[in-house]
Amino acid sequence: QTLFLSLSLQAKMSRPVQARRLEGTDKNIWVEFVKLAATYSTVNLGQGFPDFPPPDFLKEVFVRALSGENHMLHQYTRAFGHPPLVKILAQFFGKLLERDLDPMTNVMVTVGAYQALFCCFQAFVDEDDEVIIIEPFFDCYEPMVKMAGGTPVFVPLRLKAPKDGKLMSSADWQLDPAELASKFSERTKAIVLNSPNNPLGKVFSRGELELIADLCVKHDVLCISDEVYEWLVYDGKEHIRIASLRGMWDRTVIIGSAGKTFSATGWKVGWTVGPNRLLQHLRTVHQNSVYHCATVAQEAVAQGFQREFELYGKPDSYFVQLPKELQQKRDWLVQRLDAVGMKPIIPEGTYFLVADISEFKSDVPDVPDSDEPYDSRFAKWMVKNKGLAAIPLSAFYCGAHKNNYNHFIRFCFAKEEATLEAANDILQKWKREKTSA
Amino acid sequence: EFTKVAADPSIVNLGQGLPDISPPSYVKEELTKAAAVDRLNQYTRGFGHPSLVKALSQVYERVCGRKIDPLTDILVTVGAYGSLFSTIQALIEEGDEVIIIEPFYDCYEPMVKMAGAKPVFIPLRYKNNGNSASSADWVLDPAELANKFNSKTKAIILNTPHNPIGKVFTREELQVIADLCIKHDTLCISDEVYEWLVYKGNKHIKIATLPGMWERTITIGSAGKTYSVTGWKLGWSIGPQNLIKHLQVVHQNTLYTCPTPLQEALAQAFWIDYKRMDDPDCYFYSLSRELESKRDRMAQLLQEAGLKPVIPDGGYFMIVDVSTLNVDLSDVDEKQPYDYKFVKWMIRSKKLSAIPLSAFCGPETKRQFEKYIRFCFIKKDSTLDAAEAILKNWNKHTA
Repeated sequence: QTLFLSLSLQAKMSRPVQARRLEGTDKNIWVEFVKLAATYSTVNLGQGFPDFPPPDFLKEVFVRALSGENHMLHQYTRAFGHPPLVKILAQFFGKLLERDLDPMTNVMVTVGAYQALFCCFQAFVDEDDEVIIIEPFFDCYEPMVKMAGGTPVFVPLRLKAPKDGKLMSSADWQLDPAELASKFSERTKAIVLNSPNNPLGKVFSRGELELIADLCVKHDVLCISDEVYEWLVYDGKEHIRIASLRGMWDRTVIIGSAGKTFSATGWKVGWTVGPNRLLQHLRTVHQNSVYHCATVAQEAVAQGFQREFELYGKPDSYFVQLPKELQQKRDWLVQRLDAVGMKPIIPEGTYFLVADISEFKSDVPDVPDSDEPYDSRFAKWMVKNKGLAAIPLSAFYCGAHKNNYNHFIRFCFAKEEATLEAANDILQKWKREKTSA
Repeated sequence: EFTKVAADPSIVNLGQGLPDISPPSYVKEELTKAAAVDRLNQYTRGFGHPSLVKALSQVYERVCGRKIDPLTDILVTVGAYGSLFSTIQALIEEGDEVIIIEPFYDCYEPMVKMAGAKPVFIPLRYKNNGNSASSADWVLDPAELANKFNSKTKAIILNTPHNPIGKVFTREELQVIADLCIKHDTLCISDEVYEWLVYKGNKHIKIATLPGMWERTITIGSAGKTYSVTGWKLGWSIGPQNLIKHLQVVHQNTLYTCPTPLQEALAQAFWIDYKRMDDPDCYFYSLSRELESKRDRMAQLLQEAGLKPVIPDGGYFMIVDVSTLNVDLSDVDEKQPYDYKFVKWMIRSKKLSAIPLSAFCGPETKRQFEKYIRFCFIKKDSTLDAAEAILKNWNKHTA
């Protein structure tokens, strides 16, 4: 054994063991808040998942698939997507996009929409590329862009004051066209669009999408379109797919999620739809990262989509019933929050609702010079002291902008009546305590 | 490429590592039970479903003889493939070199390259000149191996039991690797997906249990290979917290969670077998016994057809020297290695598929391995019967 280490060995041992690509990506809001909810909450309106089950027809399909003779459902299927699933997805989305889609080249199945996003960033973003992210954003976009070596460029949705006496709507949050245009440079590789938007619930209008599309075409920029909440739109609004706008099909990857579509987030089945010239690169990333997705869940989702294809637009369609049910829950929660003094922003879509908690600030005093944004401290205090879990809006902003809108929290209302009632009980009690104090 | 060709049902598929035997019935039942529980259809803990990481920690504590923390020392991934990816993305970067032993499971090379690092190859070399070939005859040259290590070497990827050869590295062989890892402060990525599939006279040894190795090793396992459920795509990485935490960061930024009902079912299956780890009926041992007789049958069929199989000590693959058949393929596309051409010819004319071994080699060694093809023998009896029929008739048509 040598007594002294060689210089090169010393150098190696003093280097960090992890790769540089992890820099700035290690913090994750969910790890922290999911743990808090698990420890303290009696009512969890935090993380986005339904506490009601997937629809019966889907559960039946799953059980039938497992009890059948075909035990090959427990073995590998086609890497880029189980044939019955990609076929029905191509049919379904082909109809919606009014385009002939090839299941083998225009569709790829992923482990949740999350992995679809990862494939997109890895496939398209290089060092020195810029990616435009609209704030507030689903938090994974930023670390994924960084891990690919790219630079996120943020542009905020800005709250325009609602008319007197009216509640805020997610439609009141808008991009400033000049500000958006200024974010495009010759280094801009892609823009991430999320409509309906998590956390605000904003459903981008045709005009807003055209604004984005024009800039994409002008600057030859790709569009990564996260449409996981595509079926959850309310008040008769329409979810418009940016890929259907002129000049956009060829530069857009559409991302969808069985978890959100069928209220089965634990199945982790997602997909990408787009032109072969883009999807071929997603396939490369996919085959070098996970290669195959679990077979039996894909089989069940395929049958679920088959049913929905046949029932499309009809009252029995899950895609008609689920938004109807969720709209009622939305309206109920909006009313209750307003009554108690938390000012809701009425979401046009998704199953999230953001509310202004300014009137409850007295319970959680400001701490000057605190690194942590106010709403984060508020949310933590609330789950620990009131047992109600929600997510601070600052979680959906980049580090530099976390204090721009720091008095809002996000509630998930994809919950059973009993859960929502229990949340209301907590809020009512809290309000009573404040007024009597 | 070969998966597509062999999807034709008229072809006897001994190519892709795909069991066509049924998983044990209790494993299938546990999935049906899990899917019926409402909350198991929603997200679970990102780094691994609690009951699964708990079960894994128990099983592997027993095997490794050390305490394993389910929350910090384990990450559940989408297959062992996902574990390899998470490990390499977490710990390997531009400027690094990674030693890969040839022949190698083909994803190692592209994954290392995708991380910006340089793969450094070292071949297993056939040392015996006798007639009966065993996977144990394929060894690393210690001096050659030592030469591959330098100050840029970040990791070595070990695969034991080995795909495609079926080699089970002995304690002495592992010690040679371990000594070099310690001397050069190198990580070890140990792909042990076939850990339970070792045949009589052999023992699977975890390199992480050698002195000085736990703190520098990530050990990778697979539900697909353990329970014959490749379509569940669940795997795991086990190692010290200070390494696993980086894999967890990659995981939270790539796919976040793995499917819940599959993890729950796997956890329950593990508990069933954990409780009988002292019992020969434990699936970890019974599958191995079942496969050993299939291995022996496969070897005999191949020998009777005039081929020279390399009898594997572990895993469910067998490589075969096809040069003894002297099939002349010189009129076919020159640029392709012989084994590629042979497999394509065999699929077309014999309706039997296998995988060419040069698919598992770096550019310099393709010539060395191009007379070998790989058969998978985790197949039901009727599949092996069909293979037998083809092999028995082989010599009748080759003139």
